[in-house]
Amino acid sequence: MSIASASLDRARRPDGAINADALAADARREARGLFALLSPGLSLVFAVIIVPIGWLFWLSLFDEAGQLSAANYARFFEQASYIKTFVTTFKVAFFVTGASVLFGYPLAYMLSQLPRRAASICLIFVILPFWTSVLVRTYAWLVILQRKGLVNTWLMDLGVIGQPLPLANNFAGVAIGMTHIMLPFLVLPLYASMKSIDTDCLRAGMNLGASPSATFWQIFLPLSLPGLASGVVIVFVLCLGFFVTPALMGGGKVIMWAMRMEQTTSLYSNWGAGAALGVVLLGVTLALLGFFQWLLGARATGVWSRR
Amino acid sequence: MRRSASFRENDPELKEMLLSLAQSALPIGISGIEKRFGGLSVLHDLGLDVAAGEFLTLLGPSGSGKTTLLMILAGFVRANAGSIKVGGEEIITMPPHKRNIGMVFQNYALFPHMNVFHNIAFPLKQRRVSAAETAERVERALDLVQLKGLGERRVDQLSGGQRQRVALARAIVFEPRIVLMDEPLSALDKSLREHMQIELRNLHRRLGMTTVYVTHDQREAITMSDRIAVMNAGRIEQIDQPEVLYARPQTKFVAGFIGESSFIPVECRNGGVWLEGGKLRMKDPMPSPGRHLMVVRPEKLRLINGEQTGDVNALPATVGDVIYQGDSFVCYATLKDGRQVTLRDYCRSDVLAKLPAPGEPITLGIDAQDVVLVADQ
Repeated sequence: MSIASASLDRARRPDGAINADALAADARREARGLFALLSPGLSLVFAVIIVPIGWLFWLSLFDEAGQLSAANYARFFEQASYIKTFVTTFKVAFFVTGASVLFGYPLAYMLSQLPRRAASICLIFVILPFWTSVLVRTYAWLVILQRKGLVNTWLMDLGVIGQPLPLANNFAGVAIGMTHIMLPFLVLPLYASMKSIDTDCLRAGMNLGASPSATFWQIFLPLSLPGLASGVVIVFVLCLGFFVTPALMGGGKVIMWAMRMEQTTSLYSNWGAGAALGVVLLGVTLALLGFFQWLLGARATGVWSRR
Repeated sequence: MRRSASFRENDPELKEMLLSLAQSALPIGISGIEKRFGGLSVLHDLGLDVAAGEFLTLLGPSGSGKTTLLMILAGFVRANAGSIKVGGEEIITMPPHKRNIGMVFQNYALFPHMNVFHNIAFPLKQRRVSAAETAERVERALDLVQLKGLGERRVDQLSGGQRQRVALARAIVFEPRIVLMDEPLSALDKSLREHMQIELRNLHRRLGMTTVYVTHDQREAITMSDRIAVMNAGRIEQIDQPEVLYARPQTKFVAGFIGESSFIPVECRNGGVWLEGGKLRMKDPMPSPGRHLMVVRPEKLRLINGEQTGDVNALPATVGDVIYQGDSFVCYATLKDGRQVTLRDYCRSDVLAKLPAPGEPITLGIDAQDVVLVADQ
């Protein structure tokens, strides 16, 4: 008894806390250990993300003469072609995202309503194109959509049209090709969120007097919105930086942001200007992500539920 | 709490709502329901009548078809054959949203994207009730389930018991003809569940709506129901008031499923029922000749020493084990033929004084009026 209390007294600080120093040291030791475990991952992130982005930003601040200047950014406001590229990029991104929602929502809905076996077979057909290279798929579309491609030959043979439709080497071609590539990015998160909707909620809706269509609009659709939002964000952001399909399907008429970057760096060897394009795209993307985050956060705090 | 309840009943608006609900109660006539899933037959020629305003419980083990029957009543599952009449009107082919039946789901199925008010207002909105009347009726429903002032809460801000009440308010706010409940209390902890059982029963007594309740918890069924239909393998084994069901089970399954039972084989011949050479004293009419089982409830057995008095059957036995449980004790005894029976009694001092020791020979007594025979399947 007296021995125990004596050793306790030794550990007691003047302010009366027992073992406080030892416990604090233990907590610090644990934190150091965890940081040591994390450090390989953190250094990788630093090396492949933080350093290149910092370098990109640094490059964008120098003009062709190697002088520190804001000329690369001033170009966005001065040159009409830059503004046109910016507008085209957003036009394509909006259009492709819209088309993906239009085709993807019914597709995801169908998948979510199918029996488990049939759904997994159909899902394979959604995922299968993922395993094929974007380049190959784009060339395939070019074959199908060009002046003397499959679609035009068939339609002309059937007598539906007299002249071939301009489906490739223009905006329509870019939109069709990109929508095909983007569709799985929308369908997969949407399907997952639709699958997680409680069937009893839909049954409750009908039980309480809502017709099947009212149940869809008032219960199923609102509950699938978080999945739709994440799909839309993924597709939109991917569209903003997309290169292969617009480069091949646009026929040089549809210049998007990433193509502009490629031209600037490889054709004109203007690394500063190219870097500035990259920084602006990154900024716009982050701003968009922030906006969607805010929108989804607003939902979580019940703004949507009040209507 | 009691005072606030009586205060609410004095509210003339609430009284009016209660009255209109009671008037809208309708009887249900179920007959010839057949349901097969693939090749598997789940319900066979099932018939059941529920009186207007009755609280009827479907009780059975999982897989007995009770939930399937409820789903057919609500219209979510299509039967292969049969008829459901509500107040004389056939509804078997009516789509669920036109049936006007309120349902409380096992996991509540509240709409997570709506607050409490909009959840309860949902059925009224579908019926194009004006905004002013909706607000008024939702308010009254919230009052009825003791959630006044919580209308603006989000569903995920509610406790399990509160969600249960919201689901209940939503199921009765549109004054449905019938209310169905699918194990609504199974997700709550024990004390809250017991509290809600009493509350649901009281609410039913005040509102008087025809209620079909599904549970696998026999105690819950006995506590709440006017009548219980015991289901087994797609059939109704017995339908009776709880006390009849317990005291006079008609089949071995019912006797085994409701309460604890030991079964002792007996034989009926020569105008008497015989148990190990002795003639059994019983009050029930004589069953058909052949082998039967005597249902022995633990609390109907008692220790008798020496001379038996009155209309009591004496069963000699040997004590196996005595387990003390605080308020009561359980005595496992072995009859002469090696069959185990259980005796339970409260720990009164006079009983405790003559508590037998393991291995000791004893005589168990069962009153003639407590002798119940079921068919030996």
